Amino acid sequence: MQSIIEIKQLTYRYEKDTVLENINMTIPYGSFLAIVGPNGSGKSTLLKLILGLLKLQKGQILLFGQEITKFKDWQEVGYVSQKANSFNTGFPATVFEVVASGLTKKLGLFTFFKKEHAIKVNEALDAVGMKGYSNRNIGELSGGQQQRIFIARALVSEPRLLILDEPTVGVDAENVNSFYQMLGELNKSRNIALLLVTHDIGTISDRVSHVACLNKHLHFHGETKEFEQLRTEGVSEFYGHDVHLLAHHHEHGGV
Amino acid sequence: MIQGLFHYEFLQNAFLTGIMIGILAPLLGVFIVVRRLSLIADALSHVTLAGIAASLLIENNFPMMAGLNPLYLGMVFSVGGSLFIEKLRGVYKHYQELAIPIILSSGIGLGVIFISLANGFNTDLFSYLFGSVSAVSRADLWVIFIISIVVIIVIISLYKELFLLSFDEEHAKASGIAAKSIHFIFIIMVALVIAASMRIVGILLVSSLMTLPVAASIRIAKGFKQTIFLSILFGEISVLGGLFTAYYLDLAPGGTIVMLAVLILVLVIFYKKIMINKHVDIGGEAK
Repeated sequence: MQSIIEIKQLTYRYEKDTVLENINMTIPYGSFLAIVGPNGSGKSTLLKLILGLLKLQKGQILLFGQEITKFKDWQEVGYVSQKANSFNTGFPATVFEVVASGLTKKLGLFTFFKKEHAIKVNEALDAVGMKGYSNRNIGELSGGQQQRIFIARALVSEPRLLILDEPTVGVDAENVNSFYQMLGELNKSRNIALLLVTHDIGTISDRVSHVACLNKHLHFHGETKEFEQLRTEGVSEFYGHDVHLLAHHHEHGGV
Repeated sequence: MIQGLFHYEFLQNAFLTGIMIGILAPLLGVFIVVRRLSLIADALSHVTLAGIAASLLIENNFPMMAGLNPLYLGMVFSVGGSLFIEKLRGVYKHYQELAIPIILSSGIGLGVIFISLANGFNTDLFSYLFGSVSAVSRADLWVIFIISIVVIIVIISLYKELFLLSFDEEHAKASGIAAKSIHFIFIIMVALVIAASMRIVGILLVSSLMTLPVAASIRIAKGFKQTIFLSILFGEISVLGGLFTAYYLDLAPGGTIVMLAVLILVLVIFYKKIMINKHVDIGGEAK
């Protein structure tokens, strides 16, 4: 088993609109991949397909070498959604309870939390730099802190892959950098593969190992160094072969 | 009344039932409130009314069915109503709350028709609407006891899943939890508890016992478990205090229980206000 995710000839349509066309992609173990692309480029659709939230139409996705349609080990995949910031902030739960809920699937039905699980929860909080917050109510924390808690919730089941959908939405500008630094450390020290959808290519390019540029088609997928070299010629070229098409995207503020 | 408790079976029945629903209603209420489904309890209680009325109608017309406990048909209607709500929530994906008024008005409509067919109100129906200290029979007590055991076992076993589902439905689905089945089981538990509670609190006020104690505890609790604990505590104080008051002053227990719950809620809101002001005075940060 070489790669954590293998995508073969993936095509997806919403009614008549083709959102993704013939995507081929291999994501190796331990990599830190950023998927960038304009609005409506199919980034979120791709994530939802990888997470099994959308049904496969055409093509193939292998998770840990298994067909996604038969995949059962969802505790291996952590997910932090873009919407994490729009949860009910008045929800009466402590940070500890929220992080512990990440163990729900791993523990399975009719099993209860034990001492050893509390240790796991504290470790996860430590990993995201939020030790000492476990008895606070989740609604009392700032957007950036909440997002760290949601990452801890994903980490607690010890996944080998962590998927993040624009995780810095709702995080203050000055905290974005330290947020990415933390992700980089998780990637290295825990050897977790990270798959991140984002708009801010600038901030992350020195943190990630690989970059993929998506706009219906996969326009670029490779190491960050290579991406940086090409980038000096203008990032817009990654989104399409056709220059006119690109100008069009810029007009609408898409990129 | 303490002496009465030893002498009169009806008082024992009322108190034991009260203790049980004082646990059950707020326990389920916490999950209902945080999922913003507070009105579901109202809709289901009105459907239960239709079931009770149907049972009384059958009793009137078929003397051989006279022994039938109206609680059973009430429960059947309530569970049926909960299934319809779930179906309707699927039909109106973007207006999910619409399912509640639809079921609520269908319940009242059907109930009123049954009541008029059964020649209007009688004292029996009156006790179902507003609750009664003397109406709980030993048979009712046993039914409610079994419901309590089932509901508590189910909630404890599915606690993790229910918490995750209430906190973050999308995440629950993404992590592969059987969200639909668990929600379904939960709604059936709600229907059962509503049917069990109405003997004492009355159909019109059942939902308040699921929401008022939770509304109070959510203001001051730290964390989810504490919210559940305080809700049950407030629920018990309201039910037992309400039953005492109702017995001594000869009032309908439903009303006194609910007004006690309201009183607790008001006190908690004031307490919280004072605490915040104190915080500001010391120069701390207001939350």
